[in-house]
Amino acid sequence: MRRTRSLVPLVGVLPFLAYLAVFLLIPTVVVIVGAFTENGTFDLGNIRALSNSATVDALRNSVVLSGSTALIGGVLGALLATVIASAPERSLLRRAVLALSGSLAQTGGVSLAFAWMATIGGTGTLTVLLQKALSVDIYGSGWLYTLHGLILVYCYFQIPLMVIVFLPAVDGLRAQWREAAETLGASRLQYLTQVAGPLLLPAFLGSLLLLFANAFAAYATAAALVSQGSPILPLMIRAALTSEIVLGQQHLAYAIALEMIVVVALVMTAYALLLRRSSRWMR
Amino acid sequence: MSTSGKGPVGVEFVDLHRHFGTVRGLDGLSLAIEPGELVCLLGPSGCGKTTALRIVAGLDHPTSGEVLVGGKDVTGVPTNKRDMGMVFQAYSLFPHLSAADNVAFGLKLRGLGARERRKRAYEMLELVGLSVHADRYPHQLSGGQQQRVALARALAFQPSVLLLDEPLSALDAKVRVQLRDEIRRVQLEVGTTTLFVTHDQEEALAISDRVGVMNAGRLEQLAAPAELYSSPASQFVAEFVGLTNRVPAQARDGRAIVLGDQEVPALAGSVAGDGLALIRPEAIAVEPDEQGTATVTQLSFRGPITQVHCELGGSELLVQMASAEAQQLTLGGRVRLVIAPAPVLVVPA
Ligand SMILES: Nc1ncnc2c1ncn2[C@@H]1O[C@H](COP(=O)(O)OP(=O)(O)OP(=O)(O)O)[C@@H](O)[C@H]1O
Ligand SMILES: [Mg+2]
Repeated sequence: MRRTRSLVPLVGVLPFLAYLAVFLLIPTVVVIVGAFTENGTFDLGNIRALSNSATVDALRNSVVLSGSTALIGGVLGALLATVIASAPERSLLRRAVLALSGSLAQTGGVSLAFAWMATIGGTGTLTVLLQKALSVDIYGSGWLYTLHGLILVYCYFQIPLMVIVFLPAVDGLRAQWREAAETLGASRLQYLTQVAGPLLLPAFLGSLLLLFANAFAAYATAAALVSQGSPILPLMIRAALTSEIVLGQQHLAYAIALEMIVVVALVMTAYALLLRRSSRWMR
Repeated sequence: MSTSGKGPVGVEFVDLHRHFGTVRGLDGLSLAIEPGELVCLLGPSGCGKTTALRIVAGLDHPTSGEVLVGGKDVTGVPTNKRDMGMVFQAYSLFPHLSAADNVAFGLKLRGLGARERRKRAYEMLELVGLSVHADRYPHQLSGGQQQRVALARALAFQPSVLLLDEPLSALDAKVRVQLRDEIRRVQLEVGTTTLFVTHDQEEALAISDRVGVMNAGRLEQLAAPAELYSSPASQFVAEFVGLTNRVPAQARDGRAIVLGDQEVPALAGSVAGDGLALIRPEAIAVEPDEQGTATVTQLSFRGPITQVHCELGGSELLVQMASAEAQQLTLGGRVRLVIAPAPVLVVPA
């Protein structure tokens, strides 16, 4: 009697558990198993292959790309969030920036890549315009299609994502804290460095980690923009899966995917820890 | 412990106006607080109490008028230079700092060394009875404890003026009473000139040297609690502070005749001729009398006192009397009402 009753609540979450199993657990298991096997037997060859110079380079590039866009997007996004947080709840500025951020943070893939190519690509509108008007060549040797190009393009969705994830933290700063600090004798700068700064730091770092993970796992935009070579990990997985030169690299793809899962899992764990800390404060 | 070497200072509002668009938050507020005094600003919601307090703190600015502290106009002085401790309604402690560090915040800004700060923070926490929780963070403290820490923080740097904006309104009744007495004890101990905002008349009467009753952005009356209660200057004050009955009266030559033939003194500010006398429930005595003109319609026991509702000539009167005396009354019984010879305010009918 007792047993069955305590199981009843579980029935409600069954669909969710099934969903998790199908879309998260099973793929992860497949990746792990795939990474450690070759032709059906246990094999560490693919894991060892992760230390190839090409794979290490791709990992480094991925980290540079994710790290730099997290930092750039994080700083600019945080500034933007601070500006709109000071606007009234129902102001046009605030609603406009939020709506725009909401959709831009989701933008990515082919459409985003194409928009940039059409603007500053080899025959892009801006490229041609500047070439004709000022004889300035912004296309250069095709930097848009390299890591630098990816950094620029990724910022396009990293900044709005930062606005969305960081704004609640800025909104969580109570007016009383600023006013209390002021009555206690704090200047504007002292309030920022001794109250607002320390209070926002965990949320800021946490948001950076989220942005890092977001860029680290992004695939579609890079795939559309970069057609030659595989400068970053997601593109290496593509190469390993579709390679016609070297057959049977599928299990290397699993190993790289596992590497990415580990990185993202570490980053997200750190994110959760930071978030827990600041949410305790902001209660 | 005294307010450093500075000694307490007086605070004066001179014809303060604060307009928010067409809304007049303050509409000519003038008020003088003596050095070392605790004055409560009391009034209904929206009458401008918070606005007045924020203007003193420099967190808001008057449309016109000035605030004098120790005789000097501080209107142009920024908040962080005003040297005023402020306690907010709730949740104003810095959540990332322990109780002791919160209290020491103002001292740190004034350049006190770490040792000295810590010592002083402990003293202040001791004063509000919280030194055992010095290392706790705000989220580990109850609402009442948080407000004690906020009080200690506001007083730690020995401000010239202490400002409190409904500091007890987020607490439950029992803690509220405890803490208000504690605030008064601490205030008397440090001797800081204090402005306390509340809409709770019992609170105001219990802790103030004087109470300023506000209505619609202006001061109605500033007086000691007992005087405010016994000699209200206006109908608004009489009805806002304590319970009152409105009894038809004829007033002339400083006297008022109520309930047909009973004569009582009329307060300054009373109208002449026909009006309504505002009479406190405890200023009416009820005596059982078969020939009486009133009837008891309700008896409600409140411990030491009993509230008696009487019907007289179509209108209802509220009487408060000792429960022991109320025992001789019966529901529906005939009674005679006797008005105590205390002065009453007669207002236009
Ligand atoms: N920032 C503001 N903008 C517009 N109107 C305001 C603003 N602040 C206060 N008011 C108005 O000024 C009047 C006085 O407000 P205030 O907050 O001083 O009242 P209060 O006496 O403190 O009331 P309560 O007991 O509800 O706290 C109110 O009518 C209020 O609506
Ligand atoms: Mg208020």
